[in-house]
Amino acid sequence: MNRQGRPTTPHAAANSASTGTITGNRGLQMEEALIFEIGEDGRTGVDLPPPPKVKDRLGGLKRSGKIGLPGLSEPQVIRHFVRLSQKNYSIDAGLYPLGSCTMKHNPRLNEKMARLPGLGDVHPLQPVSTVQGALQVIDQLAGWLKTLTGMPAVAMSPAAGAHGELCGLMAIRAALKARGDVRKRILAPESAHGTNPATAALCGYTVDPIPATADGRVDLDALQAKLGPDVAAIMLTNPNTCGLFERDIKKVADMVHKAGAFFYCDGANFNAIVGKVRPGDLGIDAMHINLHKTFSTPHGGGGPGSGPVVLSDALKDFVPVPYVVHGKDGLTLVESGDAKSFGRMKGFHGQMGMFIRALAYMMSHGADGLKRVAEDSVLSANYVMASLKDIMSPAFEGPCMHEALFDDRFLKDTGVTTLDFAKAMIDEGYHPMTVYFPLVVHGAMLIEPTESESKDSVDAFVNTLRGLAEKAKAGGENVAMFQAAPQLTPRRRLDETRAARSPVLRWKPGSNGAPIDKAAAE
Amino acid sequence: MRYLGLTQADRGEMLDTIGVGGIDALFKDVPAGALNPILDLPPHQGELEVERAFAAMAKKNVSPMDVPFFLGAGAYRHHIPAAVDHLIQRSEFLTSYTPYQPEISQGTLQYLFEFQTQVSMITGMEVANASMYDGATSAAEAVLMAQRITKRSKAVLSGGLHPHYRDTVATLMDQTDQPHVAAPVDLAGTEDLSSLIDDQTACVVVQNPSVFGHLRDLSDLAKACHAKGALLVVAVTEITSLGLVTPPGAMGADIVVAEGQSIGVPLSFGGPYVGLFATREKFVRQMPGRLCGETVDQDGRRGFVLTLSAREQHIRREKATSNICTNSGLCALAFTIHMSLLGELGFTQLAEINHAKAVQLAEKLSQMKGVAIVPQAFYNEIAVTLPKPAAEVVEKLAGKNILGGVPASRLFPEEKSLANVLLLAATETNTEGDMDKLVVALKEVL
Repeated sequence: MNRQGRPTTPHAAANSASTGTITGNRGLQMEEALIFEIGEDGRTGVDLPPPPKVKDRLGGLKRSGKIGLPGLSEPQVIRHFVRLSQKNYSIDAGLYPLGSCTMKHNPRLNEKMARLPGLGDVHPLQPVSTVQGALQVIDQLAGWLKTLTGMPAVAMSPAAGAHGELCGLMAIRAALKARGDVRKRILAPESAHGTNPATAALCGYTVDPIPATADGRVDLDALQAKLGPDVAAIMLTNPNTCGLFERDIKKVADMVHKAGAFFYCDGANFNAIVGKVRPGDLGIDAMHINLHKTFSTPHGGGGPGSGPVVLSDALKDFVPVPYVVHGKDGLTLVESGDAKSFGRMKGFHGQMGMFIRALAYMMSHGADGLKRVAEDSVLSANYVMASLKDIMSPAFEGPCMHEALFDDRFLKDTGVTTLDFAKAMIDEGYHPMTVYFPLVVHGAMLIEPTESESKDSVDAFVNTLRGLAEKAKAGGENVAMFQAAPQLTPRRRLDETRAARSPVLRWKPGSNGAPIDKAAAE
Repeated sequence: MRYLGLTQADRGEMLDTIGVGGIDALFKDVPAGALNPILDLPPHQGELEVERAFAAMAKKNVSPMDVPFFLGAGAYRHHIPAAVDHLIQRSEFLTSYTPYQPEISQGTLQYLFEFQTQVSMITGMEVANASMYDGATSAAEAVLMAQRITKRSKAVLSGGLHPHYRDTVATLMDQTDQPHVAAPVDLAGTEDLSSLIDDQTACVVVQNPSVFGHLRDLSDLAKACHAKGALLVVAVTEITSLGLVTPPGAMGADIVVAEGQSIGVPLSFGGPYVGLFATREKFVRQMPGRLCGETVDQDGRRGFVLTLSAREQHIRREKATSNICTNSGLCALAFTIHMSLLGELGFTQLAEINHAKAVQLAEKLSQMKGVAIVPQAFYNEIAVTLPKPAAEVVEKLAGKNILGGVPASRLFPEEKSLANVLLLAATETNTEGDMDKLVVALKEVL
């Protein structure tokens, strides 16, 4: 116990039961309390000078009472977060085959460039004459994105993929409005990312699903039947979420345009075709690009991302502010006063830190290297597919693009589910693939190895999956192993129902992390 | 190419295993003519060459490190302890994905739980989410949430709200033709919004301190909102203020949205930042974004998971509370680490220093002829009126190597009445010497 009566080793008792150690630690696997349980009053991890003596100007609004923040020294803080970090899987530690997420290597040069004085520390509202280099980064990145996609314009401010989708639909709505056309429906395949329908709903559209054909592509007949004068746009991912190139994409574009609608492409899977195919050659009108996928900016445990949106001639005037233009005294920002602009999407100018990283990545690869990225990512995924097709069940006929999709037919009657299979991978030292997405495939397992992996690494991964598939098929006591997995992790399967039923979303004084008795928990 | 894992020999073997003769056979579904375009882009480069190119671009910018610097208006220069940047660059934090597999993501999940707790504590609210993109998008999401809760459509936006927040809210509401009323610009800090609240009002969005620096007690406004069944959304652009100032939660706010950049996140020309989003427990199922919750594992040990995901797009699709997926995870980590280092003592001291520096700055400026300090009560930021257009003054100051604030006209280009208004912020990074340089330079240009 510390002086606030907070237990300093809150789980020792519970853990000693399950691991046999006094501390609950297991060698390098350390238990770690919450900062609120570690900290004490009167301690701090910073040394600040006394404030200048002045009479306060707070107008009587000075905070009364304590906030409740814990006090920790710098070594305590460092140890806390280092121990926490050791409970995470990461790309740097191993292959991270999460389909649709493009968990590629995050070059450290990018990190270094984003921290250069003059780039990492400039204020967004400095006079433009003092940030010409920053505007140049944005302008150059925009140039790369336009060239790689074959599109005439790009909106740089969206903060992530879903935010990019929102930007695209706002541009489409603005373009329709400009021609006096009100449309209420968006078409999206059943296999779409959840962000697509959610974004459409934010813009007031109803979402009409389009079914897929047996070979995992958009059903053109169904699309034709759904098109009509009230359809604003189709939102289609290409390569699609089944890992396949939409081979009729130009027909889709023609049909959509003929109906007076726009073609929004979800660019989440751009990695498969970067440098190899320009979306602008396929008839699309808008596409977001996840810089945190294709262009290697780190996922950071869930963000931040960046989602610039490339736009066709039909949409290029309908952009959010701000944007960079070439003026007579160099580069400048248009922050307001553009009558065709549909407005503003966020504070300031976009995810500059991500722009720098993405541009450093592009310059490092060059046109030749980026094309290689697409080729190697597609090659690796097809190699995974080819190496496992005899023992796992590919959802569709190949070739695939940069991700290999399997369903759970190979687990039929084994008693092992897709979830069990994924959890068993964790004990083998792998992050699982994306599971149960896309929704159109039963028990889906979507594997995206990315171009970062060596052949040895992919082979080791493939052999692991083979071994697990064999074990599952052999049945018997193996089934219990799958169902109990993972067993070698800092925590085993967590009770998500309990978390949702009576949500505990913060630490509170008194809720001191006392050991939770397993019997009581059940 | 240093980032690619395959050798030429590997590629050949892999193609053989697949059973195709060449790589383009795998791209056979691409329409004829669309494969392998010629791209007018340079070839690959080594680290050294890339570093040179960026160093050249960085050099064209004036770094706040090198000059007296007084900009704020929604983004603030603060000292970030060295431990913060070191820790966020640990591979396990930097290169992990969203914690969808909780057994191997407890590190991320636990810091999110700590982040949510810190945000709840400082805002005086009951719950907070795991972050939004930034303060402005948090504000827009808050309006949508208020609409869901009240089943009303109208939003009233304070005239002291940062125009980027105002415009981000308005742009989103315009998509569904929802009514929003932007109150007249409130330079004086005297607006009374209660007359704009009616029985169709979902919420009032007000910033504290306002974009002009006014620090106000919002308790009466909260009462006026609640009397009409509307919610009060309070936006905070300078989060360090909550170390010293009565938090929105204590003034009756229903939703607090904030820009968390000031704690742990570099200026980085405007992004990425971290949107904070806090509310009352009773509204939790209407919140946007990810939430991390406490639970137990199979062995009864405390652990953390993403929870209440039935609100989110990947489960609820078009019925989700928001379309947000990727958020500001790593910036939230930076915030959590910095706040952990500060603790109660450091956070309070930091706020006291910021306020005292701003008071010092205000005192120095108020002695200048033709310069008037606008807010009576403020935290670390003040609007001042000048005898000349502020944009011109700022340019001239830049010519003297001083980044001397943000002209209000940059944020309110349509408001001619604000032409002579300058927004200045002071933080712990400003020395008294910097302030004196600003005063001297101002005397020369005014």
